[in-house]
Amino acid sequence: METRELLISTSSPHLREGSRTSAIMWFVCLALFPASVWGVVVFGWYSLIVLVVSIFTALLTEFVITAIKKKMTLFDGSAFLTGLLIGMNMPPSIPVYIPVFATIFAVAIVKHAFGGLGRNWMNPALAGRVFAMFSWSKSMATWSLPSTLASVPGADAVSGASPLGYIKAGLLGLSVQADSPAQLSDALGSIGGPMNYLASKNFPVSSFDLGASGWLKSVLNIDIGRGYIDLFVGNVAGSIGEVSALLLLAGALFLFIKKIISWHIPAAYLGTFAFLTWLLGGFQFSLGLFQGDVLFHLFAGGLMLGVFFMATDYVTTPLTPKGMLIFGAGAGLLTFLIRFYGGLPEGVSLAIIIMNMCVPLIDRFTKPKIFGSMKKIKKGAEA
Amino acid sequence: MNAIKTFPKGGVHPHGNKAASSSQPIKNAHIPQQAIIPMSQHIGKPAECVVAIGDAVKEGMLIGKASGFVSANIHSPIPGTVKDIIEMYLPQGIKTWAIVLEFQGEFERSGKLFEKRDWKGYSAEELNSIVAEMGVVGLGGATFPSHVKYAVKPEQKIDSLLINGVECEPFLTADHRLMLEKPEELLEGIKIIQKMVKAEHVYIGIEVNKPDAISLLQQKINDANLKFEVVPLKVRYPQGDEKMLLKAVLNREVPSGGLPLDIGAVVSNVGTVYAIYEAVVWEKPLTERIVTVTGSAVVRPSNLKVRIGTKISEVIEECGGFKTPPGKIVLGGPMMGFSIADVDMPVTKGVSGILVLSKKDSHIYQNDPCIRCGRCLKACPWNLMPTVLLKEIESQNYKAALELGLMDCKECGCCTYVCPSCIPLVQTFKYGKILARKK
Repeated sequence: METRELLISTSSPHLREGSRTSAIMWFVCLALFPASVWGVVVFGWYSLIVLVVSIFTALLTEFVITAIKKKMTLFDGSAFLTGLLIGMNMPPSIPVYIPVFATIFAVAIVKHAFGGLGRNWMNPALAGRVFAMFSWSKSMATWSLPSTLASVPGADAVSGASPLGYIKAGLLGLSVQADSPAQLSDALGSIGGPMNYLASKNFPVSSFDLGASGWLKSVLNIDIGRGYIDLFVGNVAGSIGEVSALLLLAGALFLFIKKIISWHIPAAYLGTFAFLTWLLGGFQFSLGLFQGDVLFHLFAGGLMLGVFFMATDYVTTPLTPKGMLIFGAGAGLLTFLIRFYGGLPEGVSLAIIIMNMCVPLIDRFTKPKIFGSMKKIKKGAEA
Repeated sequence: MNAIKTFPKGGVHPHGNKAASSSQPIKNAHIPQQAIIPMSQHIGKPAECVVAIGDAVKEGMLIGKASGFVSANIHSPIPGTVKDIIEMYLPQGIKTWAIVLEFQGEFERSGKLFEKRDWKGYSAEELNSIVAEMGVVGLGGATFPSHVKYAVKPEQKIDSLLINGVECEPFLTADHRLMLEKPEELLEGIKIIQKMVKAEHVYIGIEVNKPDAISLLQQKINDANLKFEVVPLKVRYPQGDEKMLLKAVLNREVPSGGLPLDIGAVVSNVGTVYAIYEAVVWEKPLTERIVTVTGSAVVRPSNLKVRIGTKISEVIEECGGFKTPPGKIVLGGPMMGFSIADVDMPVTKGVSGILVLSKKDSHIYQNDPCIRCGRCLKACPWNLMPTVLLKEIESQNYKAALELGLMDCKECGCCTYVCPSCIPLVQTFKYGKILARKK
């Protein structure tokens, strides 16, 4: 042969599908984008600063550590994603040093101290949030109302309260005031549920919510009640990125279509949580079985953000579909327990982190059955 | 036509890339001036060289004799003299002796008419000894000596013979062309194997990207009033693996570590069927095979009937040479084939294709950390946990790797194909198997 070329010689396969890890990370960031923008729109420019500072801190921490490690991974998207998620998990008016410390803790300690991307056993963003929650409890529970509710009557009275926190505090107050369990039961029973409680306290509701629910009632004859639509679209106090269940669901749908997340964890998580809430959630207001307010609890707080974007983190969740179902169900159960019986109003972050710890155990007991292993017969034996 | 079948779990759908060569009729390649014939062209013990330097050999003469139970004869593809006997490495990494033949003299077979042998009066054992004599091995890629595969013991009841016309590897079209051009010969070959293994049912599995082959074979079967069943299969890699094919067609699972024999079946590739036909009907030893020459860097993608021992470089030259500078040359398909560093490697019995990839299509992949996305688990048709296996091998924990089914890995490469971090999974498993066996 007249030309001798240098040939590449590698072991098979010689083809690749072409998807890359960094692309997955950036797609997740993209899926979070609409909900973040919503947060900035309703909570104002300061929340944008919180987001940018979180992302910048994450990238800087990643840069410094990977420079020391001499293996630059700044652009794999994972640090950006961690920063973005921490920012989205911060109350809109948080002093910026809190997300800075939370992010440094997440990237430097939770991720890199354990070996970097793929080696952390706990979701870094959630760890950062929980770190901040326990370190600066008051700031992390101080909310501000979205601009869409600022001029609504009653807004002044509840400024600085999220629906879940407001209810938890209110119920605690009732139990302290009550002289006897019977009296408490009566007091609770007269309320009738979380949304009624909020309404009785004149918790602000946007005119959009009133208009939309009124339209549903008059045109489609569906009475969903006051406040749910605000909760769903994100006209409510909460963390910057968690309030809009609608836009988070849209992002999750995008990830489903791109086949980046599978249905197993979200379905098991939401299914377990919704069922338990429906079954037992009514007891909180001295109602019977099957009286819990499922819609309220699905869309209040950080459940949507947690379920679709943190409980589906590959690194800290089981590998097999069966394992994912167990993980999701466990997280749903824990979220329910913490929200209804724990001291914290939320529960999503802790529930997921506790389940993260169980992943090696779940993986160990959910190994798939190897092809041909069910009927192991002696070689050469009669078929 | 039957419902389109496939195997239950895993697998991948790489782009077929078959159009470039699938319409090219099989042509005879040039006779090589020099042939290099390795003694290890099959699974099992290498053949024993029975010629010496300076010997004159005739076309089709036995030059390597099977040594041991699992081994195969090797015959001279050309008449000539033994110029040298060398030691060489095959692309698979095997070190072997090889006979270097220089073309000289006249062909006694090629171009001559022979009388067709009527094999119907032969017993299964007699047929098997002809197959052994002619050095036939599985031509799908595994190169397992056919006479060993077909030597069915009386206590092993075989009810089904599966003919593998799947050709699930991208780029390859040799089997497709063979089915289109030699359907009657194939059916006769199938009858011979059916007699050898005493199978009642015959199924021919073909993926639906070859509708012309499916309808042609079905028509020929109907014409001959045979009871063979053509089974259309969904396009999916690695359906051509015999265990996946058995699962797809018969819904039977070969036990881990077992053989198709264990579940009453024998699987044969169409290329092998044709070699059996030639061996039994025309007394022709296996000295040539059909090779698909294709890829982005070759001028004329073709299907050639190449003499064993022809240099890869000459085969590529016959197809017009390189269109653009080649980056990688792969023997076999892109999913399981071996890339070569030396274009003067010979074509051996197991080379189903020569894939010439341009520099643009040849990659050395840099890997990122595993993010446990689980795509390798989803893609594994054997239901293994590739990423977990990888960690055990990397930490030299071979016992744990074996418990996780390391030896059940058939090295199909699906896990590596889908990995977004480009981790060399299957490569590590190949390496791990060698180390685990040593322990």
